[in-house]
Amino acid sequence: MNIAFFYVLISIGLFTLGLYALIVYSHLLRKILALNVMGSGVFLLLVALASRTKGAPDPVPHAMVITGIVVAISATALALALMLRLRDASGRVELTDESME
Amino acid sequence: METMTLVQWAFDGLLGCTVLWLAWRALACEDLFKGIVLFISFGLLMALVWVRLNAPDIALAEAAIGAGLTGALLLVALAKLDDEVASLSTNSQPARSQADSSPTGSSRSNESSGQN
Amino acid sequence: MNHLDKTDISIQQRVWFRFLLVILLSVLAAGLAYAVLSLPSEAPGLSVMVNENIEVSGVINPVTAVLLNFRGYDTLLEMSVLFLALLGVWSLGSITEQTEPAPGAVLDLLSRLLVPYLILVAGYLLWVGAHAPGGAFQAGSVLAAAGVLLLLSGWRLSDRYSGLSLRFALVLGLLVFIIVALAMIIIGGRLLEYPQAFAGVLILIIEVAATLSIGVTLVSLFYGGRPSQGTTGEKKR
Repeated sequence: MNIAFFYVLISIGLFTLGLYALIVYSHLLRKILALNVMGSGVFLLLVALASRTKGAPDPVPHAMVITGIVVAISATALALALMLRLRDASGRVELTDESME
Repeated sequence: METMTLVQWAFDGLLGCTVLWLAWRALACEDLFKGIVLFISFGLLMALVWVRLNAPDIALAEAAIGAGLTGALLLVALAKLDDEVASLSTNSQPARSQADSSPTGSSRSNESSGQN
Repeated sequence: MNHLDKTDISIQQRVWFRFLLVILLSVLAAGLAYAVLSLPSEAPGLSVMVNENIEVSGVINPVTAVLLNFRGYDTLLEMSVLFLALLGVWSLGSITEQTEPAPGAVLDLLSRLLVPYLILVAGYLLWVGAHAPGGAFQAGSVLAAAGVLLLLSGWRLSDRYSGLSLRFALVLGLLVFIIVALAMIIIGGRLLEYPQAFAGVLILIIEVAATLSIGVTLVSLFYGGRPSQGTTGEKKR
């Protein structure tokens, strides 16, 4: 199924984009967005590879991705609460490098 | 074995490229509010991608959780970030002690970011 | 003094760093693409095994069968992850209510119109998950959407229910799941090994409890903190 491999390339693009944004941006909310984009890339990879069957797709990666979506939102909620606590405790919401070796 | 028609290829190609472009714009946007709104639309287009990949259960879950709830969470967090005296304030630590804690806070984070 | 020196040098270093990062990530992406594109283009995976055992599972929808029967333990652990995230958010602070302005007319009307339909759709998705796309997570997330809409339009849980009742609703899904799992050991099988005659009924019971719990947990995650009890009275709408 060729279309599955097109979506696989898109998923690798999403993952790499998210990883780049995670490393480069210092604002915590952008990092959380980047983590979510990386997660979506991984889910897309799983489901695209699961659609390589003749007939009905493989349901086990579908179940894993549904689980993954729920875990991703709980991790995002916890990360946002931690970010707000960090802002309350330190006044800043960006992780900046003060020294670059 | 089904042959992919030109229309299906064009639609999938457009959808995939739009998803990638939306993700890039959402992450690289200057204004965080715009970025979050683009992220919500990215989630909705991902729901379409799940439908194209024969995964309707995931499409339902992604549209509700991935786009809707995550978007709402992010917008509320952004509002609380931008608003010092938030309307729903947390009272775990008195917020007005930031004046005392910021010098110590920044020196602590200096040390920790020096190890990066 | 240190800061001025470092910003001068660090701009060049920053450009170098980004360039190097782009190169490294391109190499990573190329490696991943090569690894994935060299997979076979037709691979049935586990779908053959699932299709052979679908009658044993008690439902017809293969994704629900995998989620709640074949890989039920993963779903149990995932619900505990959801619960743990809520514990984390609750341990970070509580919310003291302040009076907010009344919601606008559009939000008020839409929430009154949509919330009953959302609850109805959640019930439908829960029931139809056995033989069509749907299931506990989808229904729970639609319930959570209804709850978030209510919270946004100013509704708050009254203090009578935001203590023990709220906590009971939060743990109900996990509790029912664990009770059913352990009951299977008592009956004589292994953990989460449903007898074939009752598999459909057991899955439905677990899904009902899980839907309620998932909906309430996601709404509590959106609320963002422990609800404070007893300090304020009922909020006026």
